Amino acid sequence: MEWANQLCENRQFGSKMTDSKYFTTTKKGEIFELKAELNSDKKEKKKEAVKKVIASMTVGKDVSALFPDVVNCMQTDNLELKKLVYLYLMNYAKSQPDMAIMAVNTFVKDCEDPNPLIRALAVRTMGCIRVDKITEYLCEPLRKCLKDEDPYVRKTAAVCVAKLHDINAQLVEDQGFLDTLKDLISDSNPMVVANAVAALSEIAESHPNSNLLDLNPQSINKLLTALNECTEWGQIFILDCLANYTPRDDRESQSICERVTPRLSHANSAVVLSAVKVLMKFMEMLPKDLDYYGTLLKKLAPPLVTLLSAEPELQYVALRNINLIVQKRPEILKHEMKVFFVKYNDPIYVKLEKLDIMIRLASQANIAQVLAELKEYATEVDVDFVRKAVRAIGRCAIKVEQSAERCVSTLLDLIQTKVNYVVQEAIVVIKDIFRKYPNKYESVIATLCENLDSLDEPEARAAMIWIVGEYAERIDNADELLESFLEGFHDESTQVQLQLLTAIVKLFLKKPTETQELVQQVLSLATQDSDNPDLRDRGYIYWRLLSTDPVAAKEVVLAEKPLISEETDLIEPTLLEELICHIGTLASVYHKPPSAFVEGSRGVMHKRLPARTESGEGTECPDVGNAAGGSAPEAAPSIIPSQGDLLGDLLNLDLAPPTTTGPTPSTSGMQMGGMDLLGGGLDSLLGGDIGGSPAMGAGFGAAPAVMPASLNAPVGGGLGDLFDLGGGVGMPMGAYIPPKTVWLPAMKAKGLEISGTFARRAGVIQMELVLTNKAMSVMTDFAIQFNRNSFGLAPAGPLQVLTPLGPNQTIEVSLPLSTVGPVMKMDPLNNLQVAVKNNIDVFYFSCQYPISMLFVEDGKMERQVFLATWKDIPNDNESQFQIQDCHLNSEAASNKLQGSNIFTIAKRTVEGQDMLYMSIKLSNGIWVLAELKVQAGNPNYTISLKCRAPEVSQCVFQCYEAVLKN
Amino acid sequence: MINSLFLINPSGEIFLEKHWKSVVSRSVCDYFLEAKEKALEPEDVPPVIHTPHHYLISIYRDKLFFLSVIQTEVPPLFVIEFLHRVAEMIQDYFGECSETVVKDHMVMVYELLEEMLDNGFPLATESNVLKEMIRPPTILRSVVNTLTGTSNVGDTFPTGQLSTIPWRRAGVRYTNNEAYFDVVEEIDAILDQSGTTVFAEIQGVVEACVKLSGMPDLTLSFMNPRLLDDVSFHPCVRYKLWESERVLSFIPPDGNFTLMTYHVNAQNLVAIPVYVKQSISFFECGSDGRLDVTVGPKQTMGKTVEGVMVTVHLPKTILSINLTATQGSYTYDNGTKLLVWDIGKLNPQKLPNLRGSLSLQAGAPKPEENPSLNIDLNIQQLAISGLKVNRLDMFGEKYKPFKGVKYITKAGKFQVRT
Repeated sequence: MEWANQLCENRQFGSKMTDSKYFTTTKKGEIFELKAELNSDKKEKKKEAVKKVIASMTVGKDVSALFPDVVNCMQTDNLELKKLVYLYLMNYAKSQPDMAIMAVNTFVKDCEDPNPLIRALAVRTMGCIRVDKITEYLCEPLRKCLKDEDPYVRKTAAVCVAKLHDINAQLVEDQGFLDTLKDLISDSNPMVVANAVAALSEIAESHPNSNLLDLNPQSINKLLTALNECTEWGQIFILDCLANYTPRDDRESQSICERVTPRLSHANSAVVLSAVKVLMKFMEMLPKDLDYYGTLLKKLAPPLVTLLSAEPELQYVALRNINLIVQKRPEILKHEMKVFFVKYNDPIYVKLEKLDIMIRLASQANIAQVLAELKEYATEVDVDFVRKAVRAIGRCAIKVEQSAERCVSTLLDLIQTKVNYVVQEAIVVIKDIFRKYPNKYESVIATLCENLDSLDEPEARAAMIWIVGEYAERIDNADELLESFLEGFHDESTQVQLQLLTAIVKLFLKKPTETQELVQQVLSLATQDSDNPDLRDRGYIYWRLLSTDPVAAKEVVLAEKPLISEETDLIEPTLLEELICHIGTLASVYHKPPSAFVEGSRGVMHKRLPARTESGEGTECPDVGNAAGGSAPEAAPSIIPSQGDLLGDLLNLDLAPPTTTGPTPSTSGMQMGGMDLLGGGLDSLLGGDIGGSPAMGAGFGAAPAVMPASLNAPVGGGLGDLFDLGGGVGMPMGAYIPPKTVWLPAMKAKGLEISGTFARRAGVIQMELVLTNKAMSVMTDFAIQFNRNSFGLAPAGPLQVLTPLGPNQTIEVSLPLSTVGPVMKMDPLNNLQVAVKNNIDVFYFSCQYPISMLFVEDGKMERQVFLATWKDIPNDNESQFQIQDCHLNSEAASNKLQGSNIFTIAKRTVEGQDMLYMSIKLSNGIWVLAELKVQAGNPNYTISLKCRAPEVSQCVFQCYEAVLKN
Repeated sequence: MINSLFLINPSGEIFLEKHWKSVVSRSVCDYFLEAKEKALEPEDVPPVIHTPHHYLISIYRDKLFFLSVIQTEVPPLFVIEFLHRVAEMIQDYFGECSETVVKDHMVMVYELLEEMLDNGFPLATESNVLKEMIRPPTILRSVVNTLTGTSNVGDTFPTGQLSTIPWRRAGVRYTNNEAYFDVVEEIDAILDQSGTTVFAEIQGVVEACVKLSGMPDLTLSFMNPRLLDDVSFHPCVRYKLWESERVLSFIPPDGNFTLMTYHVNAQNLVAIPVYVKQSISFFECGSDGRLDVTVGPKQTMGKTVEGVMVTVHLPKTILSINLTATQGSYTYDNGTKLLVWDIGKLNPQKLPNLRGSLSLQAGAPKPEENPSLNIDLNIQQLAISGLKVNRLDMFGEKYKPFKGVKYITKAGKFQVRT
């Protein structure tokens, strides 16, 4: 019967004997038949039967019912049969744990086999059977195999430790396998070393704080030796491990670099990129005037270029990494512009990445070439790519001043094509060009106005309206143009409505006589007929301004706008440093720190680039801007970064109190669409509610007024300070981030579920949202708004949900927040009311944020000031709390708190009791002083808080509790 | 490390799954299939996809998707390199990489995958090590195996896996000892309308076929090694000697392998072997256009250009075309709007020309985009960069091997804009 079947098969496939014969038995009694064959006496029949079982398994059929019969075939001398049975076991042992025990004896026996191949196979397979009962039996054989005389067995056993750790971490620690594994790093065989490193790295990922890979000069030497002799994959593991090491000085750094450089010529691109990571990191320690430094820079370019001729998927990952490298060290690739030119048949994801890098590399020297290319791309087929190319032309104009004129004329040429989406993109970028070079290219306005009717995207409409309003005095029929928009006012998107309101007010202030009617019309539309709070608020403000003091109105509305900066989407320097340390990883592909997205690695240590040994604070700061753009980055005071769609020209300038002479906090520059109207201006009125914040300011001289400016000034040196504060008490821990909670259940929001938390990262407050679409339809057009709140929290940018959210999709967004929004006291103080809009509806919810995220980085008070202030604050304002069940010693507590910007200023020990004095500064300038009493052996702490605004004490106490207990 | 592998055919059907750690439900592929639906072409599916609990890293190769699932931070290049290795392994074992072949050898592919990774860590990826453990199928062997019951799985110890030269097994014996090297260069170039080079570079590769007995130690030297901008070597090449003396010194793997790849991107060194005169124009009114393409030899170093082929993606609004070729023949697929003109050998005396009219769909506007021309060609016995092998020496063995070097130049991504 069996033979007949097969003969049939053979005829079908000609004389080819293939595995597809295993799929032919589709009769009902398939399992039954297989069972019979498995129990056959004939060896060959048995093997064929097991093969059939495996074949069914590989395509996802359930053949677990045959478990006992297959396991029975395990006792055999035939290696192939044995391997096949093992394959089966690994797949099904978990579903049949009791049966799997039957196999244990054979495993244990095989681990003693004279043939190392069998020993290794047994230990390897045992590790793959993820059944607790079996792992217990695994320990003894594994211990033996880790010390086996044969390196092949040792290397297999090393991996097995990682497997076992994945199943039962505690067991691995208790059995001391980790130490044995660490010893294997010094093994004589390079393959064993590589596997030990790989296993340890994997284990370390789930144990962020354990000191598993304790690297010292000796072990580094071992690794470097093994690096030359192990397989390509082993090289990747070793290089990634090396990258975690911090050399003692620049000489050690150089010697490691020298030994790693040959890896740049490896055929395996992953090896190359891991080597690039090590070099990029260790280079940081080399003095820049060293000859070797220059040599190394030169050596980095060719391998990076070569990566771009590999398969498209490899190119993509390489390009994402090159994007980082170009930002950190533009000099490496500055002459290689041409390799980033887009090829017609590149996949779209490669095209978009290349475009991004082209703009980053654009400079006066190569701008002509770049523009010619971009113009070429603007006539391609793919709409997304064309749009990005048009935007890129605008970015070039802003980045390379000399090219601005050529860019504008290129854009005008493109507008002449009348291709709808090209025209709209062009208008959006021309608006940005106007903001960078005011009063220079207004001659093109006439051409733009011709295309008014074809604009149907909100962003383009808003940009056009902005242009008309801003240059109303030069456009004869500005009133007619704006009036034409006004007809469909209620059908416009908010962005357009806000812009239209502002533009008409501008027009009125410039040509008051003819436009009175128009302005009244728009004000009443905005205030009376609209239910959008932003629009209404802005409308009222204008109304009042215009009616009370037209001169002031003119000063406010027609104020000179700050210039936008040339580099728009640069990665923030701290993040960039961290990402450079993660070159070649997923983090580098997503441009997010690993802690932000890799599951199970919560609390991963943030990696930083090592500091140069010769006092190199200044040089550490990346000099991206001036290498390419040629304009001094120090010009920061008058320049705010432009968001791609920044329309918030509105009142950004007059937000800051007029007395402030320091730079505008860059957070306010990130404001969107003028939602911050009520910000600083009203602060002084409403701030009183919270309790004496203006008085506080006075109490400490001018300090609070000036300090916020340095809040997130992106200077490398400043950052160093931040980490130094601990006074050398080891690694500072990250700020406490509460776990995500569900804020808006899907039931209440037509299928949209929102959960989230708040975090403070590198001085920026982030609202971290997880949006899940539990509805059946796609959700788009997300936007977010906050109600006024106690500390003026407001989104510092739009909610970045770029792609539509499909059913059952989840997206994680992190929204930077500023603290210059409108202020209103809430109850409880840290309550935040949020509105989220999508294409379906608007939803409201409220959540509470830990006040600790408002604690700023410069909250360390001088000792004297602290003393004086403590006395100065009346005792009535003091509140005492108990923190129970906390088992940290005072030093650990202090370190932990510092991660959340609670700074210990002094420590005193009185009768075995540690008194810690701490200061905290809130983003609105309120200082909180604290005294923490810690008694050794007593898990209950006493904390006294003193503050001029005692309302905050309760919240601050909650933070202490949260930080210390997590 | 790598958790699972799924092989998916272009219609989205999963036909093989392999898990190296715990089993990941195949429903995880839905995220990928969704991205695949969104992409216009299968090539456009993004290689790294983020799902709530996993990362999906995929490659598209030989009309198949190789999709790996990972759960922890793993270097994506590592995964992509490995996936390409899997595809190469299938190609190597079964002569081609396709769904049919994998389905025909399902169990063997599964056994191979098991040998390639352990717990997601690469175990044996070198072809010669794998072949020692699992013998590749031959028609004869599979018939014999079925009749006699012997197995495909070797029970000898894979010696290569542990030696410091894992790429070569011991005890290789040949009656004819031969070593052949092919220097293959591909020109990647973008030419603009006027024929000016916007960008050009050469990707070179030295493919070797070495069938030598024992443990030969080879040294290959070039006449002009400084030509090369960047080189990547097979692990067998001793890097130090390249750095100091610019020679390739190595103990070769047995059989076919890629000895090195290199890169020449100094523009002035890149000769462009053909020129293309073209015009594709559409009349402002009416629904007609014209196409006129001529190809001629340029810097060919006296060699004949062969296998010339011009591919054009015509605009979507084209209804039909009516062209005449003076040499070769053209095919046009109205579904994909792909025009392929197969010219063959280029004759400098009589330049091939393709011309005729294009008609647009009634009422369609003049197409906005400019179609690009992609050129294929090859030139035998020429490395266009001018790279020349100087000599090959063998140490360590007594016999005299037969040696040979072949040069060939091809067009890589060779594109002419209109």
